[in-house]
Amino acid sequence: MLNIKNLEAIIDNKHILKGLNLDIKPGEVHAIMGPNGSGKSTLANVLSGKNGYEIKGDIKYYGESLSELSTEERAQKGIFLAFQYPVEIPGVNTNIFLRTSLNSVRKANGEKELDTLTFLKLIKEKASELGIDEKFLSRQLNVGFSGGEKKKNEILQMKLLQPRLSILDETDSGLDIDALRIVADGVNSYKNKKNAFLIITHYQRLLDYIKPDFVHVLSDGKIIKTGNAELGVQLEKTGYLNIV
Amino acid sequence: MKTEDLKNNKDYKYGFITDIENVRSPKGLSEETIKFISNIKKEPKWMLAWRLKAFNRLKVLKEPDWQKPKYPKINYQDLYYYSAPKSASEKPKSLDEIDPKILETYKKLGIPLVEQQRLNGIAVDAVFDSVSVATTFKDELTKKGIIFCSISEAIQKHPDLVKKYLGSVIPLSDHYFATLNSAVFTDGSFVYIPPNTKCPMELSTYFRINASETGQFERTLIIADKGSYVSYLEGCTAPMRDENQLHAANVELIALDDAEIKYSTVQNWYPGDEKGVGGIYNFVTKRGACRGKNSKISWTQVETGSAITWKYPSCILQGDNSVGEFYSIAITNNYQKADTGTKMIHLGKNTKSKIISKGISAGNADNMYRGLVEIKNKATNSRNYTQCDSLLMGNKCGAHTIPYIKNNNATSTIEHEATTTKINEEQLYYCNQRGLDQEEAVSLIINGFCKEVLQQLPMEFAVEAQKLVAISLEGSVG
Repeated sequence: MLNIKNLEAIIDNKHILKGLNLDIKPGEVHAIMGPNGSGKSTLANVLSGKNGYEIKGDIKYYGESLSELSTEERAQKGIFLAFQYPVEIPGVNTNIFLRTSLNSVRKANGEKELDTLTFLKLIKEKASELGIDEKFLSRQLNVGFSGGEKKKNEILQMKLLQPRLSILDETDSGLDIDALRIVADGVNSYKNKKNAFLIITHYQRLLDYIKPDFVHVLSDGKIIKTGNAELGVQLEKTGYLNIV
Repeated sequence: MKTEDLKNNKDYKYGFITDIENVRSPKGLSEETIKFISNIKKEPKWMLAWRLKAFNRLKVLKEPDWQKPKYPKINYQDLYYYSAPKSASEKPKSLDEIDPKILETYKKLGIPLVEQQRLNGIAVDAVFDSVSVATTFKDELTKKGIIFCSISEAIQKHPDLVKKYLGSVIPLSDHYFATLNSAVFTDGSFVYIPPNTKCPMELSTYFRINASETGQFERTLIIADKGSYVSYLEGCTAPMRDENQLHAANVELIALDDAEIKYSTVQNWYPGDEKGVGGIYNFVTKRGACRGKNSKISWTQVETGSAITWKYPSCILQGDNSVGEFYSIAITNNYQKADTGTKMIHLGKNTKSKIISKGISAGNADNMYRGLVEIKNKATNSRNYTQCDSLLMGNKCGAHTIPYIKNNNATSTIEHEATTTKINEEQLYYCNQRGLDQEEAVSLIINGFCKEVLQQLPMEFAVEAQKLVAISLEGSVG
């Protein structure tokens, strides 16, 4: 699904990623761990197509070069980023945003756009799965949401858009234990053989709930160690210093 | 119908010209021109006298120049002050008599006038250059005692009402453009809502400038008698031309005891091309008097067109407990300029006013909010709340806010909040990541920014206005 070869990323003359290699197949869950400033969020941004990065190396997504695709084309083709800090958009109703988003993706894939009623039925169903109150959907997008609500909203969007590759950028940060469990349940209930996850996190905590197939340690713009779920547990005990 | 479709028509789809034979006044501003206008409209003598009084007053007034957007000097002798389709020189008595070219024009503008295609529940007065060509749903309204007709017709058929109220909010000698309008005004709408009557449908006027080298001098007068309610909407478009055309309107609103007037504008005059050539000078005086106790006047404007927009729809809050509101979206793109805002003059006790202004500037455009809130010494316990938000798109545009605040009453309060933001890259990225392309994302964010104003519009027009907002800014985010 995703093949990253020798990826370098430079922003504002800073070399952030320095030759990163990673392969992700459908059905896999990959966790990326690493200290602050190692380039974890940059990787998420580069994959989703955020502007401003100078990119070297090669990223193939189902054989297609990602650099050819705009941010929205990547999203339409099934790359989803759950943001670390979801942005507030004042005046924009959450429901309307979600419907516009879903219909943009459907349209791009030659599917029929959903009318308001069909959409509302669908979104209510998805929201209740995540224990999200309906009233939440008529609020302005992310405006005045608590940290937990913002993250739940990201997972709701993931379940709605049904991406093939879901990138979770520190989705666990700022969550209390109940919210963490809801987010993890959301991911676990969506996980299947066709889609894959790239979970970026500082802590083992989230991985107690979402079992990764691979754990990678990112340091100074490179993956320096790869292991199975055990590696995460070990890191939690020993810290990064012993590896880096 | 022969229409001349100019290039770039995709940007301004109302830019076509209707090829029609016109009757024009002599060129230039003179007593002769004024007499011509008054004569062709078969006006009573008092009306001509009123016009000439304004004309004499105009001779000693100077064109103001304190506004931010400067423009080349207008040669008032090089303009036509009256131009009307020959076929409409006698106002058609029924729709069958209207020139098919005019019907076709309005149909193309999305304002069908013929019976079967009329907009549901909206009565329309259609003003083409200097004349009203049709007013729909008149009979239905007459049954309720509501008068909705062109101002020309009102001068002939309802002289007492016109005499009593015309110029009572905007005095004859108010300022240069208002006085010019009083001398040469041609057509516009007249509305009278009798006591304790809720107007059962939206009333609207659609202004169309068609002829070249012609100024449009609209005059509108709306009176809401005691305990009545009316919602009125105006729309405006013009062909694409290299010349700048002047639209200098006077709009007067009067609300008596317990009456409410809701006045909405969707202004989409031709804005000029992307280099700033051509476009309408929209120099308009709009003023409402909350004359009675507990009366309310609410202005909502969506200003997307015109080369220069220069206007301050105002409320004079005379009656105790009266309420004035101003909701505005002003969008300037390319080389458009706007200097707009409102005046809220508090005279009565417990009067309240609210101002919500959203200015959006893109390209090389300049957008100014200028507003006056004045609480006079007898206006005890009065309140004003003002919120001015500006949004900038790109690095070459400007946004300015100049609030004038005068409070002469210690029991009254004035609040002013202002923000200036740039369209946020993070918001665009978030939207793109959710599959929205750039245009969709901008449209969504802008509509969110304008929401408090858009939701004030009558429902039938809110959707159109939303689209217009998006179209006006198309291509302004690179």
